[in-house]
Amino acid sequence: MKSNSRRGFMGKAFGAVAGIGAIGSLYAMKKSWDPLPSVKAAGFTTLDMSAYNENELVTEKWRGKPIFVLKLNADMLKAMKSKKNDMDRLIKVDGSHYMVTIGLCTHLGCIPGYDPDETSFLCACHGGMYDASGDVTKAPPPRGLDIPPFKIDGTKLVLGEEGSEYKAMKENGITL
Amino acid sequence: MAHFTKATSVKDWFDQRLAVEKVEKVMMSEYWIPKNINFLWAMGMVLVITFALLLVSGIFLLMYYQPNVNLAFDSVNYTIMREVDFGWLWRHVHGVAASVVFLIIYIHMFTGIYYGSYKKGREMIWISGMLLFVAFSAEAFSGYMLPWGQMSYWAGMVITNLFAGGSLHADGLVEWIRGDYVPAQAFLTRFFMLHVLLIPLAIMGLIGLHFAALRIPHVNNQDGEEIDFDVESEKYLAGKKAESKVMRFANDFMAKDMMVVGIYLVFFFYLVFYNYGFAMDPVNFDPADGLKTPAHIYPEWYFLWSYEILRPFDTDTGLIAFAFAQVIFVLLPFLDRSPNTVPANRRGLFAVWFWVMLVNMIVLTAMGKLPPAGIFSTIGLVSAILFIVMWIALPFITKFEKKV
Amino acid sequence: MKNKEPLILVVVVFFALVTYYLVEPFAHHQMHKHVESEDFAYTDLPALTKKGDATRGKDLVMGAGGCTGCHAISKAGMPAPMDAVTSAGAYGVNPPDLSNAGSVYDAKFLASLIKNPAHALMVEHKFDPEKGKMHPMVPFYGAGGDMEQEVSDMVAYLQSIAPKGEKLTPAMAFETACGRCHAVHYEKWTQIGTKPSFKKKQDELAFDTSVLDYQDSLKAYMGKLPPDLSIYIRSRGEHYIKTFMENPQNYLKGTAMPRVGVNAESADKVIEYLEDSGDTKRHEREEVGKNVMIYIVIFAIFALLWKKQVWKDLH
Repeated sequence: MKSNSRRGFMGKAFGAVAGIGAIGSLYAMKKSWDPLPSVKAAGFTTLDMSAYNENELVTEKWRGKPIFVLKLNADMLKAMKSKKNDMDRLIKVDGSHYMVTIGLCTHLGCIPGYDPDETSFLCACHGGMYDASGDVTKAPPPRGLDIPPFKIDGTKLVLGEEGSEYKAMKENGITL
Repeated sequence: MAHFTKATSVKDWFDQRLAVEKVEKVMMSEYWIPKNINFLWAMGMVLVITFALLLVSGIFLLMYYQPNVNLAFDSVNYTIMREVDFGWLWRHVHGVAASVVFLIIYIHMFTGIYYGSYKKGREMIWISGMLLFVAFSAEAFSGYMLPWGQMSYWAGMVITNLFAGGSLHADGLVEWIRGDYVPAQAFLTRFFMLHVLLIPLAIMGLIGLHFAALRIPHVNNQDGEEIDFDVESEKYLAGKKAESKVMRFANDFMAKDMMVVGIYLVFFFYLVFYNYGFAMDPVNFDPADGLKTPAHIYPEWYFLWSYEILRPFDTDTGLIAFAFAQVIFVLLPFLDRSPNTVPANRRGLFAVWFWVMLVNMIVLTAMGKLPPAGIFSTIGLVSAILFIVMWIALPFITKFEKKV
Repeated sequence: MKNKEPLILVVVVFFALVTYYLVEPFAHHQMHKHVESEDFAYTDLPALTKKGDATRGKDLVMGAGGCTGCHAISKAGMPAPMDAVTSAGAYGVNPPDLSNAGSVYDAKFLASLIKNPAHALMVEHKFDPEKGKMHPMVPFYGAGGDMEQEVSDMVAYLQSIAPKGEKLTPAMAFETACGRCHAVHYEKWTQIGTKPSFKKKQDELAFDTSVLDYQDSLKAYMGKLPPDLSIYIRSRGEHYIKTFMENPQNYLKGTAMPRVGVNAESADKVIEYLEDSGDTKRHEREEVGKNVMIYIVIFAIFALLWKKQVWKDLH
């Protein structure tokens, strides 16, 4: 349209001011899309670790996702100790060892089933398998079961909070 | 297949496929507007901006609103107003814009009546505009149902009861409209559908029609002068911009449009943040209660004149008067028998008709808000009768108008 | 050609303002009578004549006054004789904990209430001894000495234990003055206390059941269930609520709602609590409003300057 630079500058200036308003509006719109405070507050689940039995998989819930809690017995622990990586995946609370992972196969998100006789997980969707520490033993899952952020609080585990043990796991690449 | 050549630029690529240059000329730079206009001519753009504000704020409200009779009220007053970041802002913008849009519509309408912008070739602009008024009224009414407050519920009850047709006792029709015996879940969700989808689509289509109807007759001017747009636009394009009686829509007219919009937005946002009570009636902050009618019940201000025409009479007469009032404005181009397309002040008796009609509509509006008792109901009755009489008189007044 | 725009603007603004005036301030004035506030002066109640002694007051409150027979005073380690639901079942209402009463309520009001509850609370139309209907609270008939002195002492004691100034939060003021009858579900407040979050559904349902039981007793006592006040600050407004608290008969003749008896400072705190519930984002609205107004004025100025530039050679 009009390209006379002397004349057109006010139009461009006005356009710039209007643009600032548009950016402000976009900022407010982005904030309106954010998860609500009540949603963010609901992102914490507390587990009472004294309530679990050995080699009995319990599925809890955290942020809408299934959480596997498996208390290891002595035999299961012995098998783990031979593979250092697997020991690092376990959480020790009040003298016992637990596997606490997000119960979704890291391949495509199905929930694997647990066999207490084999002490292993089998995902029915594509045949992936994990051991009792959540480590992958058979393809196609690309990595072991993910570990949710957790914090040890006496005999309780608070999911959603990042304790020092969890931070160490992340640093060592145990979990994403 | 049409002939296509190698594009010389991005603009040329689009131009060969979409004729963007032609569209730009027709809609923007060579859409000629008379210079002899005042700021009232910007009301159309103000309406477009206000409609855009309603759409955008509506989108964010829609993300969190729940059209369920048990959840609706709190989804608005708790979730949107307290929890959602800037939710309160969208709600205030939406409520204030829904009310102010009618102020602008009435200014826009009466501008058209004053300057005769509905006459001689511009009838479709007027008719499509009145259809837009009806569509916006339906949109406002359906929207008002959604917070499911006391006013929402009882306005829904009363307005749907109108369809019983007085002595016709068409109760079956009323129940069919509601989807239930009283305004309940079915009522809420269908008015949600109307408000969010059907009526906005109708409005957008009607806006398109309204713009199309305007394009050929061109915009009117302050003196109603018939301008030869070809001659005047030649002058402009030859460089004689000051001499020409016309200017470009873009950027000439748009620059003035934007200035008026700027001033309007200062007023608008002042209302949004500091003076919004008129747009969000306190009674609607009581959750709907089908077993308790509020002590004072009234529609939103822009429906009051219409409400006051219904009220003073018995049921059947009132319904007839009400129906008359809704339809009569559409017929203006055909009831006005004078050939003069000039502003009202040069049309003798029509000027009196105009100002009395304007003042009468304000009186009707004021009376409609008040309880129908004492002096106020008398004034209301007189005003309602005056309204009807003036419309019946219009063809006679204008038939004997001196040709200008 | 004369520029008519200033005149047109005046005409448009004039008619718009006239319409606004008639539809809003004028109509509301016609529909709703205006009640003047007495700023919580309680002019109908007699002033306290004696200076109260808190130590003597404590003995009376715990002893001859008989207060702790029905009222908890958790601040002084006195628990409630019964839980809220059982109390409401027995008396109709749950007698309030008196820990905050000294700073929430007006001193004259407290003194009058101790001597004649139905009178101070302005519910004599409901609790008329001649008709055999007694207020559930037994009046104080004196402990053998100068009753005026004894009452002043008791009030002084209550004032001494109550949290003052900043320590009395808006929530505390509301819960004390209004919370036994009015729920505020936007703040998770029920008549029996703030609703906690429950892990087990059975516990949540048990709580909800207690609330409903309490509300049944309250409904029977009051005639109807007092409304939830979550959004009342927007449906009624500050002036109405304050003048309503001063004397509910102002607006609802014959209502069972008692005069609340708060002092002016606590009334402000109650309003603040209600604003936190029903107008939570008011501070943000003011903040954002200021910035938006500055911006939009700049926007209008730039639009005006652009228009002037474009139109320079059109005139």
